[in-house]
Amino acid sequence: MTVTHVHRDPDNLSLRLEAELDVDAERAWQLWADPRQLERWWGPPTHPATFTVHELVPGGLVRYYMTGPEGETYPGLWQVVEVAAPRHLAVEDLFADEEGNPAEGMPATRMTVDIVDRPGGVTMAVTSRFPDLASMEQIVAMGAVEGMQQAMSQIEAILAEG
Amino acid sequence: MTDAEVDRLFHALADATRRDIVREVLHSERSVSELGRRYPISLTAVQKHVAVLESAGLVRKRRHGREQRVSCRPEAIEHAQRVLADYERLWRDRFDRMATILDGEGADA
Repeated sequence: MTVTHVHRDPDNLSLRLEAELDVDAERAWQLWADPRQLERWWGPPTHPATFTVHELVPGGLVRYYMTGPEGETYPGLWQVVEVAAPRHLAVEDLFADEEGNPAEGMPATRMTVDIVDRPGGVTMAVTSRFPDLASMEQIVAMGAVEGMQQAMSQIEAILAEG
Repeated sequence: MTDAEVDRLFHALADATRRDIVREVLHSERSVSELGRRYPISLTAVQKHVAVLESAGLVRKRRHGREQRVSCRPEAIEHAQRVLADYERLWRDRFDRMATILDGEGADA
């Protein structure tokens, strides 16, 4: 298994996963900095991601959409907060509407990436912090059903209702 | 969770007022009329929101004299643990895919 350490913190509504990768920091950073590489791991095989805008600078935007088996698309958006290549990245991960703008009333997750050297490679830590329990449940309900066709069509229906 | 439970949970949380009610009762019990004063909607509308949250298992109601009091279910924290576990699985899969990309390069070299 790639993941070596998991810290769940239900009181602070955060989750931190650490993974050991046997490459240097610059190579590990490219997994985030190169949109073509991001596309190979962000979405599950059933819902591959396509990154259309990728401005990895503070204040920049990263836009993507995931495509389901029936060709339906689910847009997402990062608002980039902090960048210190090749070590540190912090973004607000948001749901997007059809135009790729932040979806009204949908919660944001703060996602932080830290890449630290260790003998033989790096440790990459990804921390996700949720604003509140209700938002966390909503985000996870959406995330956990990425592969579930039926649930996704319901999400679409809810979003269409505004 | 079953599909039907996910449906109810998702529907319950898809509304901004309902999310606010959950936040409001997370740490302390509130009466329906107290909640009603927070929003520019009728008491009946508040009661409907509470009923949706209750059917999703997010809050529970109890009668206290003439009042209906709403509180967060104590299982909510356990539930948060399960929800975090789901999110964790999503990220474990992502890390596995990252490692596959890097391993593939090693094999090519």
